[in-house]
Amino acid sequence: MIYNLPFLTVVALIAIGMYAIIFKRNLIKIAVGITILESGVNLFLITLGYREGGVAPIFTNLPPGISPDQIPEKMVLPVPQALTLTSIVIGVAVLALILSFTINIYRKYGTLDAGKIRRLKE
Amino acid sequence: MNVMEHLPALIIAIPLLAAFLTPLVDKISKKVRNAVVFIALAATFILTIFLVQDVFENGIMIYVMGASNPTQTIPMQAAVPIRIVLEIDGLSAFMALISVLIALIGLIYSFSHVEERGGKFYTLFLLMLVGMLGMELTGDLFNLFVFLEIASIASAALITYEFKRGSTTEAALKYIVISSIAALFVLFAIGLLYGEYDLLNMAAIAKAIKITGLSNIDMIALILFFAAFAMKAGAAPMHMWMPDAYGEAPGAVSMVLIAVTQASLYALLRMCFTIYADSLHVVIPAAIIIFGLISIFIGVTMALIQDDIKRLIAYAAVAEVGYILLAIGVGLYGVLNNEVELYARKALQGGIFHIFNDILDIGLLFLVAGGIIYITKERNLNKLGGLAHSMKYTSILFLIGLAAVAGLPPMNGFASKIMIYESVYKVSPILSIVAILASIIMLAIFVKIFHSVFTGPKISEQKDVPKLMLASMIILAALIIFFGLFPDIIINNVVNPAVNALIENAAYISNVMG
Amino acid sequence: MKNEEMNEGKMTVIVQTIAALLFPLALIFSFYVIMHGHLTPGGGFQGGAIGASAVVLLIVAYGVKHVEEKMSEGGFSVFESLGGLIFVVVAIFGLFLATSFLANFLVNEPIFGKIPGWGESPLNSGGILPILNIAVGMKVIGGLSAVVLILALISREGEEK
Repeated sequence: MIYNLPFLTVVALIAIGMYAIIFKRNLIKIAVGITILESGVNLFLITLGYREGGVAPIFTNLPPGISPDQIPEKMVLPVPQALTLTSIVIGVAVLALILSFTINIYRKYGTLDAGKIRRLKE
Repeated sequence: MNVMEHLPALIIAIPLLAAFLTPLVDKISKKVRNAVVFIALAATFILTIFLVQDVFENGIMIYVMGASNPTQTIPMQAAVPIRIVLEIDGLSAFMALISVLIALIGLIYSFSHVEERGGKFYTLFLLMLVGMLGMELTGDLFNLFVFLEIASIASAALITYEFKRGSTTEAALKYIVISSIAALFVLFAIGLLYGEYDLLNMAAIAKAIKITGLSNIDMIALILFFAAFAMKAGAAPMHMWMPDAYGEAPGAVSMVLIAVTQASLYALLRMCFTIYADSLHVVIPAAIIIFGLISIFIGVTMALIQDDIKRLIAYAAVAEVGYILLAIGVGLYGVLNNEVELYARKALQGGIFHIFNDILDIGLLFLVAGGIIYITKERNLNKLGGLAHSMKYTSILFLIGLAAVAGLPPMNGFASKIMIYESVYKVSPILSIVAILASIIMLAIFVKIFHSVFTGPKISEQKDVPKLMLASMIILAALIIFFGLFPDIIINNVVNPAVNALIENAAYISNVMG
Repeated sequence: MKNEEMNEGKMTVIVQTIAALLFPLALIFSFYVIMHGHLTPGGGFQGGAIGASAVVLLIVAYGVKHVEEKMSEGGFSVFESLGGLIFVVVAIFGLFLATSFLANFLVNEPIFGKIPGWGESPLNSGGILPILNIAVGMKVIGGLSAVVLILALISREGEEK
């Protein structure tokens, strides 16, 4: 049961993120919702690679007592960690873009409410 | 050194190199920057033509990145491909050819307002092209996700390029929020497939699904992929971002944005026809057909009531995507029921030919609208009028685009639409009737625009559009008329190999897995 | 005097002195993380983010106008483009000098030539990996610093109106 806890967290994070994006009207809250959704998916990718009793997959830093032919069973999977790192970088870029757009919208329309923006003139 | 065998990597690397070189060259001189960008795009276009020729003669082309032998996918000690594999079959080559052609024409169009475009415009333009090409040439799932994100971030920044008007930023915000959610769904589905099969290569996963059948996790991954790529491609209930994004983008960017959405449609085709192939449930083609019908209906009816000229053409683009989805849904239904030669092959031919025609036709209309906005600085249909007196060439080009979109005979729109009508009729006559009615309404809409914008008394004295804009529009019009008069050239040489690649996925798998 | 300085976005003298002392240390740490990317956890993006946060420390302590005069946004932009250019050029060298795109052509050469092994490994191992890490690190430092600088400039203009 304890090994299912990260997956339950993933479901909770994705649900909170989708709730924030769909039901909240403030643009900053929508941006935070996207970040929470992305955190949930990243957590899912890392949790996929976990192997019970494994150590960190650092090539040059073997802990004492493990010989090189015991490697595949004793290390967690390194590929999902590379996928997660790429996804975090992309998330930073998207967040920077969304915040720049929000600043520009605030300067032109004077409000941050997503429902009022279309009806206002600039 | 054999350039032919390194073609796929060069096609992605040359625009990327030019994209990073442009901000440095921009500080030196603007003319040199324009020359660098144009030479890079022209070189990519020539290399893509060589690639298309090579694929159509020699079959599927494989390129392994970072390996000692570019065609050896499975290394010595392993049983599955380890490195990133670029795999190019008929459909990939076709989509790559369209993307580079449209980018080249858009670049020629953008050069005409050269004094208003800064250096960052061309960097973003080239990065958008790299994202599109990467999505179309790759054979690895995570690579697809990364290039999808590159294309959406670059195009969102380009949509809001004229940020003095607030409505462009609002359109770009909607676009990036929806793109970001779709990309996160794709990443989740890739994680699910990786957790089950421990593989990221498309051909390897296709073989594993063929061997072990469709499990519950595969079905969840399929639904996530389908929802995400349908959101990005503008299928009907999720099309809300399309009118805003196409309508507010500057000049030629609207046209290249259509190519970006077609790249997402290509990814959907890859999922349904190649990776999941025969294990699909019959609900999937039914859903595609329903999305197509709703898109046609919504696109055409909302286009009737628009005031802004670019938004109206954007709704017509939504309807055209509906036609493509309808044809593809019918084709998938036929392939799953093994009734290929009866109607599925013709439906797929019509659908893929229509991808090509849709970009050309709607692209020409967007370029004409951009030219009108550039000269008269006015976007509202109620305030434009009598432009045919001063802009003679532009009005003739608009007539050609109008006839092509509505499906009138000498243009290429007629050739693809009649293939769609004939094949869709065999599944159910109602689909065909709705499609024909929508074409008629679209003809009515565009005749209304032509009448109100171009004919009538002259309101003010305007000159015609700049020469470079005219040149790009004339190239498009020439292609439209040429492929309308001789559709067999392109169907036999370019569309048929793409359709064959879709119907049979055995060649795709065996080229990678041996 | 203090009110004017607070309105310009600067902080007090103590904070400014400590920030000036910490900035080179943070940069050295970020270069360490970038250079050891093939041996320890880290690499291009992680080290670059540390370097960008060093620049952000300076912006918070000294105010954005002061930092903009010393390190302009155009300079960061050029730095970023150089990083991207080095990456693509090294990848294309793999295509022309060796077998395929992004091929590791520096193995068994005198510079960065050795192959990392289990246990201890020297720094000049790993082929083209350290060079790619440096290129990505340059791009990330330049990119993230430019983004924060421009956002700070826009907010300062918005407040002054």
